[in-house]
Amino acid sequence: MSTTTDSTTDTAGTADTTDAADTAAGSATDTANAGTEATPTGTGTGTATKAGPSTVPHSGVGPVRDLVDVARGEISREIFVNEEIHRRELEHLFPRAWLFVGHATQVPRPGDFFSSWMGSDPVLLTRDDKGELHVLLNSCRHRGMRVCRYDEGNTMQFTCPYHAWSYSVDGSLVHTPGDLHGVPQMKAAYDNKLKREQWGLVRCPHVRSYKGLVFANWDPDAPPFEEYVGDFHWWLDNLADAFDGTEGGTEVFRGVLKWRIKSNWKFVSENFLGDTYHGASTHASVEAVGIGPGGRGKRRHGERQDQGGFSRGRMKTSFRLGHGASDNLAYEVPYPEFAEADMDEYFKSVWQKRTERLRAQGRLLGGRGPATLFPNMSFAAGFPRSILVAHPISPTETEVWRWFLVDRDAPGFVREWLRRYYMRYAGPAGMTEQDDMENWDYATQASRGVVARRYPYNYQQGLGQELPSDLDRAVHSHHAIAGEVNARAFYRRWAEFTDALPWPELTRLAATDDRAVAGAGGGIEIGRREGDD
Amino acid sequence: MAIEQKAIERLLLEREVADFLYREADLLDERRYEDWLGMLAEDYRYSVPLRMNVRYEDVADRENTRDGEVQWFDEGKETVELRVAQLATGQHWAEEPVSRVSHLVTNVRLESAELPEAEVSCRFLVYRNRVADETDFLVGRRRDRLRRAGGDWQVVRRTLYLDQSVLMAKNLSVFV
Ligand code: FES
Ligand SMILES: [Fe+2]
Repeated sequence: MSTTTDSTTDTAGTADTTDAADTAAGSATDTANAGTEATPTGTGTGTATKAGPSTVPHSGVGPVRDLVDVARGEISREIFVNEEIHRRELEHLFPRAWLFVGHATQVPRPGDFFSSWMGSDPVLLTRDDKGELHVLLNSCRHRGMRVCRYDEGNTMQFTCPYHAWSYSVDGSLVHTPGDLHGVPQMKAAYDNKLKREQWGLVRCPHVRSYKGLVFANWDPDAPPFEEYVGDFHWWLDNLADAFDGTEGGTEVFRGVLKWRIKSNWKFVSENFLGDTYHGASTHASVEAVGIGPGGRGKRRHGERQDQGGFSRGRMKTSFRLGHGASDNLAYEVPYPEFAEADMDEYFKSVWQKRTERLRAQGRLLGGRGPATLFPNMSFAAGFPRSILVAHPISPTETEVWRWFLVDRDAPGFVREWLRRYYMRYAGPAGMTEQDDMENWDYATQASRGVVARRYPYNYQQGLGQELPSDLDRAVHSHHAIAGEVNARAFYRRWAEFTDALPWPELTRLAATDDRAVAGAGGGIEIGRREGDD
Repeated sequence: MAIEQKAIERLLLEREVADFLYREADLLDERRYEDWLGMLAEDYRYSVPLRMNVRYEDVADRENTRDGEVQWFDEGKETVELRVAQLATGQHWAEEPVSRVSHLVTNVRLESAELPEAEVSCRFLVYRNRVADETDFLVGRRRDRLRRAGGDWQVVRRTLYLDQSVLMAKNLSVFV
């Protein structure tokens, strides 16, 4: 299989440096003082309050890190609308990052497959006859036809509709699942000389099922999944473990919500990794009508009012690796108050088990999210419990997918209650999420104008007030609701990938977190459970 | 003669049912939601399954999601009432400013009638235009169970089969 691997790395590895040189017509800093007659407040004065235009030329974009000024908390709008930048993130970010492709419970039996995307590439998540998971590029090696256009199904072979090359997932027929198996007119057309073992579907070299969450990475040089995730894994654990703490005790409901939005994909990632600031205004209408588990008049997330209140759990956690969560591990958002007595009773017992189990393992109880695993997998491990992936289509278009998770052992009435709650909360029909798309779409649209593009976005919440964390290469923000520390880290990491820095450099840059050094002090102790006092 | 009588009765019933559905469409498009809620039975249930691309041989088993699986909508009247209340807050930004919507109901056919209930199938086309160039078409089949109540009808069960697997609209903030 070495040939297939080689062909993917070629494109991912080399083209980088030349682009950057060709297009470095002028960086943002070079041109910050030029041609800005329309400046309302002056520009480039070198003070920390540069609020004027950060004139970035529309063509000839330089390194993207010049557009992401995390020290000032200013980020150019170009990175949300520019074609060239979008091309670079497709080229240098998505094929080198670990991406979520699907859940193992979507392909439970040998031959099951689920169609997914990794950046701009269609892929198939498959399970072979030995029960192993594979991620295959869904594009024929002959002339590129998508060999499978079904969303899901079961088959031991994918036959290309164009000229009928067929690829087997059955490892007893071929050397490696996904290998080319059948070629029409092998003798007449190829004189039996076609080397089938070299022309199998391109296989993703790194596939990792983490408690059922299946991730893949195209880059053979990428670090293992655990290293890429770092201490952020605690949030993934809370997502993948059952509510009572049973390891990996979740499965997905069948059916993935898929919808198109006219927004840059990064708005979506940013929204879930730390933007709790938008809740009060964006979701005022659901709060007003009360869709939470507690029923009308109760808060949206339905936390128990007698346990300290919701916003105390909204301390941000930001990783140097780009991941971020809207909460911290030390504070647990309590399970909700339900209008139904049987739900209350069930969750009371589940939470008790969870508390005992996690404490016995030395684990803290918090870490429910919402959160984003860099770059484009967002999730929440509470109510709803859900995974979202923002697939990039163009700088101004994204396809959003949403999965819902449920405890494998949950009784029928709990499962049904949660399913209904998740649907009325999230997704394009969800009463809460409907309003998010309005914002992302029209924010993107109103940032495309020639004048608009001269003005950066503001990311200054909690700037310079990062607090040290016990977690590896992470900081916190003590702003319960407002705090853009996570977004700043996300975009810094985004720029490092998109500028095609090689893996050793990416690893070196993420080795230490310098942010908390300048912090305002008074750090929270991660080991203390805030709800106790 | 008896046969003719039966056909006329059926025709009148079908016409009555269609009239009910057209009036319902008007109420929705005129945003008279409180009146519209009155057309829904207390045990109303509304489902819009997901549609999937599957092999021909899998269509019967796999094309639509079902009970217990994820759907665009699967809810009762209480949730629909919450949605109406949400629209009335004036802060439901997905519909502020309000969208312009036309519900087209066509191909209305009486599938069966065991009064007081009737099964009706139709096609729907919901056109939404909002702000400037944001335009969506939601098209598909609908299956309704209606019940005669008082002098009029009520919708008891509604299932829509939307002809999209990836929703091309950014959201479903209007009633389909
Ligand atoms: S493109 Fe697939 S067989 Fe030719
Ligand atoms: Fe939101």
